Amino acid sequence: MQFMTDRKRAEGLGSARSGTHHHWRMMVSSAALIVLVPLFIFTFGSALGRDHPGVLEFYARPFPAVVAALTLIVVALHCKAEAEEAIIDYVHGVRSKILLWVVAAAAYAMIAAGLFALVRMAL
Amino acid sequence: MADPKPINRPLSPFMIGPYYRPQMTSISSIMVRITGIATLGTVFLVVAWLLAAATSPRAFATVDWLMTGIVGDLVLTAATWAIWYHTLGRLRHLIWDLGYFVDVPAGERMGWGMFIGATILTIITVIAV
Repeated sequence: MQFMTDRKRAEGLGSARSGTHHHWRMMVSSAALIVLVPLFIFTFGSALGRDHPGVLEFYARPFPAVVAALTLIVVALHCKAEAEEAIIDYVHGVRSKILLWVVAAAAYAMIAAGLFALVRMAL
Repeated sequence: MADPKPINRPLSPFMIGPYYRPQMTSISSIMVRITGIATLGTVFLVVAWLLAAATSPRAFATVDWLMTGIVGDLVLTAATWAIWYHTLGRLRHLIWDLGYFVDVPAGERMGWGMFIGATILTIITVIAV
């Protein structure tokens, strides 16, 4: 025992064992979204309120389409992680597991549906 | 050996309410979580609108009517506030993560900044778009 360093004895004893990884993932997506969210809000806001041909023409342009696609992917994954954290904290047992499945399914389905819509409008 | 008998310990969030007084630090942090989860609902609305636009003029007319009507306006304005609030809240986390403003008074000032900033940004958004 006396040959073990303090670090060696402390390693792996955190409550979740992967907390720093989760935290770092949130920080990376947060940094990306600080830039993407304002770009998306103002491009989407400019699209909303146009007539149907106007919207199709707007999202056929590369900048609004790429901003929307990037924001959709990063926001959905970021908010999925956000919801998962809350579920792990406040819901327990079978309900927790089912909610985690539902949130993951909803987030991935929204990414797929949104990207399909953007590609269809762009092409 | 640890006692194998199960103990019924209180589970989170038992502290909120009877033992824990609401403070700017805790409320501003809880609001970040609530607005983050609410934004999943906003993503659903945006995706529904994009999908309707990509599908047909009729589908677009229905979803666009819902989104740009009076109820849609109210929901989207609230959603915009939530997104701005959450963005500022995450900006506060980034600032903390870099090691700045980690004292309580600075945290409380940034909390006020998040509520006021989100409101100002929402007003600017509503006027600009």
